[in-house]
Amino acid sequence: MARRILPGFPLALGITLVYVSIIVVLPLGALVFKAASLGFEDYWRIVSSPRAVASYRVTALSALAATVFNLVFGMALAWVLVRYRFPGRRFIDALVDLPFALPTAVAGIALTTLFAENGWFGQALAQAGIKVAYTPLGIMVAMAFTSLPFIVRTVQPVLEDLDPALEEAAQTLGGSDRSIFLRVILPLLAPALLAGLSLSFARSLGEFGAIIFIAGNQPMSTEITALLAFIRLEEYDYQAAAAIASVLLITAFLMLAITNILQARALRYTARG
Amino acid sequence: MKIRLDNVVKTFETFRAVHGVSLEIESGELVALLGPSGSGKTTILRMVAGLEYADAGHIYFGAEDATDIPVRDRGVGFVFQHYALFPHMTVAENIAFGMKVSKQRRDKTAIDARVADLLRLVQLEGLAERFPGQISGGQRQRVALARALAVDPKVLLLDEPFGALDANVRRDLRRWLREIHQELGITTLFVTHDQEEALDLADRVVILDKGQIVQQGTPEEVCRNPASAFVMNFLGDTNRISAAVAGGIARLGEAQIPAPGFADGPVEIFLRPSDLGWSSSGAGIPATVARVIDRPAGRRILALTATGEAVELDVAPETQVSAREQGIITIERARVYAAG
Repeated sequence: MARRILPGFPLALGITLVYVSIIVVLPLGALVFKAASLGFEDYWRIVSSPRAVASYRVTALSALAATVFNLVFGMALAWVLVRYRFPGRRFIDALVDLPFALPTAVAGIALTTLFAENGWFGQALAQAGIKVAYTPLGIMVAMAFTSLPFIVRTVQPVLEDLDPALEEAAQTLGGSDRSIFLRVILPLLAPALLAGLSLSFARSLGEFGAIIFIAGNQPMSTEITALLAFIRLEEYDYQAAAAIASVLLITAFLMLAITNILQARALRYTARG
Repeated sequence: MKIRLDNVVKTFETFRAVHGVSLEIESGELVALLGPSGSGKTTILRMVAGLEYADAGHIYFGAEDATDIPVRDRGVGFVFQHYALFPHMTVAENIAFGMKVSKQRRDKTAIDARVADLLRLVQLEGLAERFPGQISGGQRQRVALARALAVDPKVLLLDEPFGALDANVRRDLRRWLREIHQELGITTLFVTHDQEEALDLADRVVILDKGQIVQQGTPEEVCRNPASAFVMNFLGDTNRISAAVAGGIARLGEAQIPAPGFADGPVEIFLRPSDLGWSSSGAGIPATVARVIDRPAGRRILALTATGEAVELDVAPETQVSAREQGIITIERARVYAAG
């Protein structure tokens, strides 16, 4: 057997397990445990209360809309950054990471200032009869802002590795731009797109800081699920907070599972056999 | 389909890749573009395909000026150096791609039948449902060829088709491609930097250097009559020795090489290792053996002449010779080119 030089399996596995346990499993376990202490009926009453259901709806729909927006815009951005060379490209490339680097509260305040009725964008949009701040649209804008880098950063490296000869081959075979995109490029980007989509959606579901400034936080209309959990926490109702948070947790897990299945299917061709 | 290039020029930014190349390829001919890297051979191929546009000059397909026809309408089959198979499609889907995206509608059974025919042609019947990542390099190359042939191209273009394969696979595929060409009779142009491949496969070889055609002809013509020192050198191992001509004769040691048509003065003499012999006496170049390399076909002697020039020569496997031995290099054939 070859001698291993770097840390070695027992040590590496030990550190990994301890780390995962303390940072990930323990807090999630505590959350589930707390929620479970409610008993099924109380749990169901809390998670299915009209205010909670309204919060799921606005959160999920806004997250969905933001993700679809980012799918289109993020892919276009990745495409431009990879395929073209223009002055300022590196600057734009660096800007993409800004939503990650920026404290989300700062993003929330900035967006609110812009989109409030006396803000730069808000004024213009108000004339067109569109209100963004303090509506679900505002929630969507904040989610789209904070989750943009996910799609760009997952698609970009795959696009960079895409052999230009594939597109040339498709062209020599008579493919139109449309059929080359749909039949060659998109399927090859699909696994990366799925990964980016699920990360973007999950982040949007859980986003808090950027949203609460712009959302208005009206119960039943612009109150997101994470905020509702936070309100319960403020009221020292830890069990209710845990119950509501568990809904987000379960959704995130489901998302992850579905993404993994879809991704495995999209990557079917890489299996050796 | 006959192809004609008329004074084609292509420049990349500051680098001129192709300088006014004119070339005719007869219908059904199999032609090799042979040259070192940077000679412009791939650029010419890509211009014929329409993957690059010529800056000046014209490309004709038959009587039609194809210079500005976009690649997707040009009707060429192109086989890429690294195959460029679509990794997410099976072998059969790869082959069917051109028929599926074509403006000409075909029903599914027609496409399936054509795919089956092509798989038979390239001898890959059992692999229709495999993905490109699951087959060998030689098999991928054949899939790429089948895919290119599926759209009934007027011209088949191959870019270093065997460059990425093992020597044995390469030789088999070469013979096989020759057979396919004979069967289909499609005008074929391929690019290679491997002179053996070009000579082995092509009806006609076009040799390029620095974006210009330096010689073209049948393998026999270019081998027996290299037009320049570059061609001589590029087509195979050769020794280059400077010498002087006096009265139409060049002298190398004791050897006299006729150099008709050369004025008195310096020339360069090119000698293939197989055109030289090793002897203990006679008219030739006195030399000392530096090293002997044994090969399946014979022995190669690396020798140093009395004037300090290194010469390689191939001798029969039975020849008894060892390092530090002194003797005479005899010359059976030599070619003389102007010094420069």
